Amino acid sequence: MGITPAPDALRQDTAAPGGVGASAERPDAVGKVTGAFAYSSDLWHEDMLWGHTLRSPHPHARITGLDVSAALAVPGVHAVLTHEDLPAATHYGLEFTDQPVLARDIVRHEGEPVALVAADHPETARRAADRIRVSWQELPAVLDEASATARDAPVLHPGRTDHHAAHVPHPNIVHRQPVVRGDVARAAAGADVIVSGAYEVGMQDQAFLGPESGLAVPAEDGGIDLHIATQWLHVDHRQLAPVLGLPPERVRLTLAGVGGAFGAREDLSMQAHACLLALRTGRPVKMVYNRYESFFGHVHRHPARLTYEHGATRDGKLTHVKARIVLDGGAYASSSPAVVGNAASLGLGPYEVPHSDVEAIALYTNNPPCGAMRGFGAVQACFAYEAQMDKLAAALGMDPVELRQRNTMSQGSTMPTGQVVDAPAPVAELLRLVRARPLPPARQWETPDGTDVRALPGGLSNTTHGEGVVRGVGYAVGIKNVGFSEGFDDYSTARVRLEVTGGEPVATVHTAMAEVGQGGVTVHAQIARTELGVTRVALLPADTRVGSAGSTSASRQTYMTGGAVKNTCEAVRAEVLRLGRERGLLDTRAERLAGGKVVGRDGEVLAALADILGGEAIDLELEFRHRPTQPFDRVTGQGAGHVQYSFCAHRAVVEVDTELGLVKVVELAAAQDVGKAVNPQAVVGQIHGGAVQGLGLAVLEEIVVGDDGRVRNPSFTDYLIPTVLDTPDMPVDVLELADEHAPYGLRGVGEAPTLSATPAIVAAIRRATGRALHRVPVRPEHLTAPDGSRAG
Amino acid sequence: MDFLRPAGWQEALAAKAAHPDAVPLAGGTDLMVELNFDRRRPERLLDLGRIRELYEWETSPDGVRLGASVPFRDLVGPLRARLPGLARAAHTVGSPQIRNRGSVGGNLGTASPAGDAHPALLAAGARVEAASLRGTRMIRVEDFFTGPKRNALAPDELIRAVHVDAARGPQEFAKVGTRNAMVIAVCAFALALHPHARTIRTGIGSAAPTPLRAREAEDFLTGVLDEGGHWEHGRPVPPAAARRFAELAAAACAPLDDVRGSAAYRRHAIKVLARRTLHWTWTAHTSRTGREGEASCA
Repeated sequence: MGITPAPDALRQDTAAPGGVGASAERPDAVGKVTGAFAYSSDLWHEDMLWGHTLRSPHPHARITGLDVSAALAVPGVHAVLTHEDLPAATHYGLEFTDQPVLARDIVRHEGEPVALVAADHPETARRAADRIRVSWQELPAVLDEASATARDAPVLHPGRTDHHAAHVPHPNIVHRQPVVRGDVARAAAGADVIVSGAYEVGMQDQAFLGPESGLAVPAEDGGIDLHIATQWLHVDHRQLAPVLGLPPERVRLTLAGVGGAFGAREDLSMQAHACLLALRTGRPVKMVYNRYESFFGHVHRHPARLTYEHGATRDGKLTHVKARIVLDGGAYASSSPAVVGNAASLGLGPYEVPHSDVEAIALYTNNPPCGAMRGFGAVQACFAYEAQMDKLAAALGMDPVELRQRNTMSQGSTMPTGQVVDAPAPVAELLRLVRARPLPPARQWETPDGTDVRALPGGLSNTTHGEGVVRGVGYAVGIKNVGFSEGFDDYSTARVRLEVTGGEPVATVHTAMAEVGQGGVTVHAQIARTELGVTRVALLPADTRVGSAGSTSASRQTYMTGGAVKNTCEAVRAEVLRLGRERGLLDTRAERLAGGKVVGRDGEVLAALADILGGEAIDLELEFRHRPTQPFDRVTGQGAGHVQYSFCAHRAVVEVDTELGLVKVVELAAAQDVGKAVNPQAVVGQIHGGAVQGLGLAVLEEIVVGDDGRVRNPSFTDYLIPTVLDTPDMPVDVLELADEHAPYGLRGVGEAPTLSATPAIVAAIRRATGRALHRVPVRPEHLTAPDGSRAG
Repeated sequence: MDFLRPAGWQEALAAKAAHPDAVPLAGGTDLMVELNFDRRRPERLLDLGRIRELYEWETSPDGVRLGASVPFRDLVGPLRARLPGLARAAHTVGSPQIRNRGSVGGNLGTASPAGDAHPALLAAGARVEAASLRGTRMIRVEDFFTGPKRNALAPDELIRAVHVDAARGPQEFAKVGTRNAMVIAVCAFALALHPHARTIRTGIGSAAPTPLRAREAEDFLTGVLDEGGHWEHGRPVPPAAARRFAELAAAACAPLDDVRGSAAYRRHAIKVLARRTLHWTWTAHTSRTGREGEASCA
């Protein structure tokens, strides 16, 4: 197995300028930097109305009365809608159809939508919503596993008919997935060392910067045109048409400018609401959440409680792992079942474990609904299993990287699900790379001009000049699946048109891929340039006039929609060659397209595209699928459930003010195998961004939900995301070990770095403080409390 | 909502006298957030943005008269040498954009226990120049905070300026937040040495219903320094006295548990910050005066 670290992450190794392998510039880069780029919140239409949502103040309550007359009486109000006004389907959902468009008689979480107002001014709509009189009867809430699965617990979704209803042990459990391999009891008897631990992950928010927003425009055919910031136009479409009571072809979606997503735009938010108001009033309706509402308007990362037992022989070989992962799904299913599948199947990490017994469940509770977020079930598990690996290393008296390397999986290894890893898995090498980097110099705050507090924990807040500051170094590595798993028919569609305009060949690429910042628009043009040998590539706006591109999630879009563009380009190219032969302009030497010409194997020019195509265009739309996967067995969890695995390792260097419990992450070095860096600059950007989001989970980010089920910090004043001053140096090693099953050999990049950053940072804080730290985010209290949460 | 835009100071006072319920608007970094989130819907806003003199400052040997709307940016910049404690505090306020608009006068008007300027003003010594059509009065900053987000202004009064004593000894400000920038204080501590008066003064933020001075800690340390002749010989503060000072500072707090931090942590952190800022200021003082530099109170 050859390992070729990219000597320079920004190198260009492509034949075609701006083609695959080049760090081509984003087409939207300048607009986004200068502010000219139009986001969904900038949408505007003559004559439009503004929608507003009335939400539940209670986490669990019965609606005993709902009177909208005072709201309707407000001048400027054009419509007020409640559950009674819904024209067709009343529920929607990604996996289960369990979420009400508007609450009927019960609300199951704080912030659940209850009524809608359309008015000629947003302030009018808001004031009118205040006048809606709702009578509430508060109900006892279930907030954790004990209260959700108690014998007399209120059942939040009675009469479930979803596809997991029959096999779950309690109706308040959304889904349960065991993964069992080998004989754990026997293996445990043979272990020289056994360590166990209980871990907790707080509720992280995606914290995208552009809040939920969109514009619904009623059409002359009685249908609707929705301009929307989303992650997957077609899954929105699939849920919307039944709710609106419209035939699918009369519901048309176009992607608006998306200000970040990270999973939070997989579920519907204001889509159905804006459309319903528009259809009711016959006017365009715009809805924009403010930051406060946004915290209630989308799902979050599942908080988790995890218990693990790891055993090993004296020489550091894992004998077995037992794990139980409890994810809080909140009030509605969202993507909880798939998150459970990920947590269960990836719950042991990138290690060879001969005997394992894993159980993962997601609960229904009255907490905020949780669903997709970057890392999707693998983040929570990675925090726990990497803490366990450090604990095991300590128990064995072994170096933590050495222990990991003795157990890392590689190509040919078998997953706990029985799936054989049939592509490169250079886990040990990734660990070696991050460890081999020189450490950043010590005491960087000491400068000739005195103390530079910016280099210290607390920064400009000036809390230390070096007192109490201790450095720690920690390591972690993680495994994430790429693409949709468990037998899902995961495909993407691309339409490509090739024609000669003004003497120059132009490729037009049309997909429904949601550009949410990941850079798919850059990559599609690069692929078209490489495959069709053109310079000019036009990208059409993403909409539902073309087939589905699947979701911009699961690290899948370069693989899937990039794969679809490649696939369609190849078909277009084959058609060019066929036409050329048919017209007698080409012979069998014709092989590829370059510089607007058909060329042979050695680049010899055989014909000009213009001569072959004349005024004709070749225009094809094709679907692209990855290899099929299998569902996991409900009892054993066995099955080839994933299509590809992605690995990233991190080394974190932190400095902790041990007296105040303040942390500065000094450096976060990453190594990741990306198969093929289609756009090296974008790859490094994804690794940086993912790592910073992991840093946020390690030391800052948590939606705090009180014992009453209410969110206590729904604002960026108290939900803290890293600033540039919290962001460390982040050197990156990129490996390109081709996965022969994937387009260009590439491997999805976006999520893996989010996994390993968090446990690496916490491991470094443990080293600095000697504290056990079983929970993220780590708070100053955890590092200063005298109650002795010391290692042990 | 009425939006009053007086062109000058007298006009502003007249507007405030006529409409005591009018809420003054300066940088808007507190008020506009309240409006945006619909937490507050005042009948009237009194925009002070057109009144030039509020953006100006004057210096004298005794100190600085700071117009109420002088942005924090200017404290970080041109006024740093004269008001080092306040400059440090100003530098921890929000982001550069917020520091371009937020002001000490606005901080005082909001009177949040977490206002970053307050501990530094308390430690330095400052007076609030409050004015109305009835006249002008000076309110000592320690008498200004009357409760959480409440201050000593009468309904017809506006803050015209803040008079801050010139630093005649080292000053420090330290603030605990859980992020390294753009963070509201979990708690904050300020300390100023006043060698000419042989006193020290403190300010505590975010650890009680109002910003406050730790009087017992000040009195204790002033006594120790005096009795031990430390102002004369410049020897380090005895470690036991430094510890006692820090404990008394922590004891002055009356903190709450909230989403930003626990009461116990706030007390603990104030103790740490009191000890550290004492060490830094005393070390700076003794090295400045050429006396024994090495303090050992850490």
